[in-house]
Amino acid sequence: MFKLRASIIKDVRILLRDKVGISLMFIMPVILVIVVTSIQNSTFQLMNKNKLTVVVCNKDAGKLSTQLIATINKIGMFKVAQVPGNQNPQQIADGMHTNDAMLAITIPADFTQKIEAKAKGSSNKALKSFGLQADSAKEVKLSAATPLTLYYNPSIPESIRFSVNGALGSALQIVESRETLRTLYFAINEKEMPAALENEMLNGKAAINQVPVSKNGSNKAPNATQHNVPAWTIFAMFFIIMSLSGSVVREKVSGSFIRLKTLPTNFAVGLLSKQITYLCVTLFQALVIFSLGLWFFPYINLPALNLPADILGLVVVTIAVGYCAVSYAICVGVFAHTQEQANGFGAVSIVILSAIGGLMVPSFAMPGALKTISALSPLHWCIEAYYGLFLEGAGLKDVVISIVPLIGITLVFQALTYVGLKRKNLI
Amino acid sequence: MVTNTSLAVNIENLGFHYPGNSGVTYHDLNLKIAEGERFGLFGPNGAGKTTLMNLMTGLLIADTGSIELLGHKIGTKSKTVNKLFGFVPQDFSFYQELSPIENLQFFGAWYGLNRKQIAQRSEELLEILGLTEVSHKAVENFSGGMKRRVNLAIGVIHNPKILFLDEPTVGVDVQTRHAIIDYLKQLNNNGTTLIYTSHQLSEAEGLCEQIALVDKGEIVREGKLDNLLEEYGHQDLEELFLNLTGKEYRN
Repeated sequence: MFKLRASIIKDVRILLRDKVGISLMFIMPVILVIVVTSIQNSTFQLMNKNKLTVVVCNKDAGKLSTQLIATINKIGMFKVAQVPGNQNPQQIADGMHTNDAMLAITIPADFTQKIEAKAKGSSNKALKSFGLQADSAKEVKLSAATPLTLYYNPSIPESIRFSVNGALGSALQIVESRETLRTLYFAINEKEMPAALENEMLNGKAAINQVPVSKNGSNKAPNATQHNVPAWTIFAMFFIIMSLSGSVVREKVSGSFIRLKTLPTNFAVGLLSKQITYLCVTLFQALVIFSLGLWFFPYINLPALNLPADILGLVVVTIAVGYCAVSYAICVGVFAHTQEQANGFGAVSIVILSAIGGLMVPSFAMPGALKTISALSPLHWCIEAYYGLFLEGAGLKDVVISIVPLIGITLVFQALTYVGLKRKNLI
Repeated sequence: MVTNTSLAVNIENLGFHYPGNSGVTYHDLNLKIAEGERFGLFGPNGAGKTTLMNLMTGLLIADTGSIELLGHKIGTKSKTVNKLFGFVPQDFSFYQELSPIENLQFFGAWYGLNRKQIAQRSEELLEILGLTEVSHKAVENFSGGMKRRVNLAIGVIHNPKILFLDEPTVGVDVQTRHAIIDYLKQLNNNGTTLIYTSHQLSEAEGLCEQIALVDKGEIVREGKLDNLLEEYGHQDLEELFLNLTGKEYRN
């Protein structure tokens, strides 16, 4: 025990003097988590909270285009910025830039006229079918209104564009239906339709109840913080490879190892010491990044991190992730011949494992073959376990399905390390 | 099983080759070093001195034959045999990021000493080797001579019965060399067997009583230094060395 304690003290001393290693392990992930969360947060806000600015160029002087604009405003999704109706497409595009808008619509000059004509035609057809109009009455052919034009910034996601299209379609539907209803009412009763009746008929549609579904019944929406803090914590934990594998290689190739091999102590004690020391480092990294999310993010206008309800689950998952990261780093250190090999392979492999593991692009968005490969990355199981806790409100028993493969991969790393040490006659 | 307790080292019928026969090869080598001796192992570059020392310290494993240190067979890492000897390799074998005292604390623990023993021996050694003033400074900033002294201090912290020294004074100034040699003699007077290699033959002459000349994986001559000089009619070890190993370059 005294030997292990002495080894841990030695490793901690060396670690504390490795300024570059500490920077890579703490400062880099802190910067990454702040920068990426800030960028993603502004995108989240754009999609979720901010209204989309839409430039409206109304070329129609009639009442229905005014009603259409009012209806678009009422949807709640858009902030309307009107520009003069005489603008050409280039001026409209300029207006989009000026108003920082991703969308613009032009309402054609004959909008009111065409809608009114269509409403009248529909009304006549209806009266005829009710038998309230002579068959000799002139049949008016129904024609569609002149289309509106929607201009959009190509960077706007397709899903948003479809939503916008749907919302504008609904607004148009409301204006057309209202006009048809009014025309029909007037044709039958020869007086204006009462506002209360119109309101009742147009707005009395069935409501849509929205029910959030999560494992703990929480209705908190995932935000950039909930996504990024766990992801970059995992990345930081695995990035200790830069310090740990380098330390193993340095010890192997330096003169100190020659002496260590002649001492009456097994090198396995040295490796156990490194595992304990660096596991503590990974837990401290998690503590730092989670604390940042909890207390620092609100100061820089980012959403605060919501810790999972199951804190025991969070601790268990964090230890499993940290131990896997440490095992991987030692395994690489045992097989690498030089520090350059360990650092180069270590950094590149972590970036690749992060990418295929779903830290950079969610694994559900990956094509089929990549999804299968993704399961081979330990980081995939780490992020699955964390997302279960942070985003779905899951508890420890729910994320065991992710922890078990993670432990399996860790055991593979440990077995490989043992084989490497034996083959190199180090234990 | 303990045998030949009066011998510090007993090598019998040693056979060794590197993988692919890439280095020196030993066949049926025999060597006995008595307890308390100051034994010098000399030879040109590539003669096999370091290989032999690595075999004696268990860093390399012999193909055939046996090596015993104070009657204990070496070959498998055992606490008993590894506690018996100290090793001062030619390379600086410590953590350069740590201070001398921190290195001694770590290596002392791994040699099996307790906290009190480590503290006591560290203080003694740092004092004897003139490192007390820099005992808390990182070794990486030390001069070559200071690093050699740290290297030596670590090798003797556990008061070994046998001390293997591979070129312990290479690259140091005269003062440091004298300090190291004086300390080695002091250790020997206290009962430690010294097994030493060096290319500094004049220095070796002053330290070693018993020598072996190694060349091409064989012991060319072995015996008391004075007797060998007399036998070959040479004034010093260097003349004897050139006579027995030749003057051509060695790689």
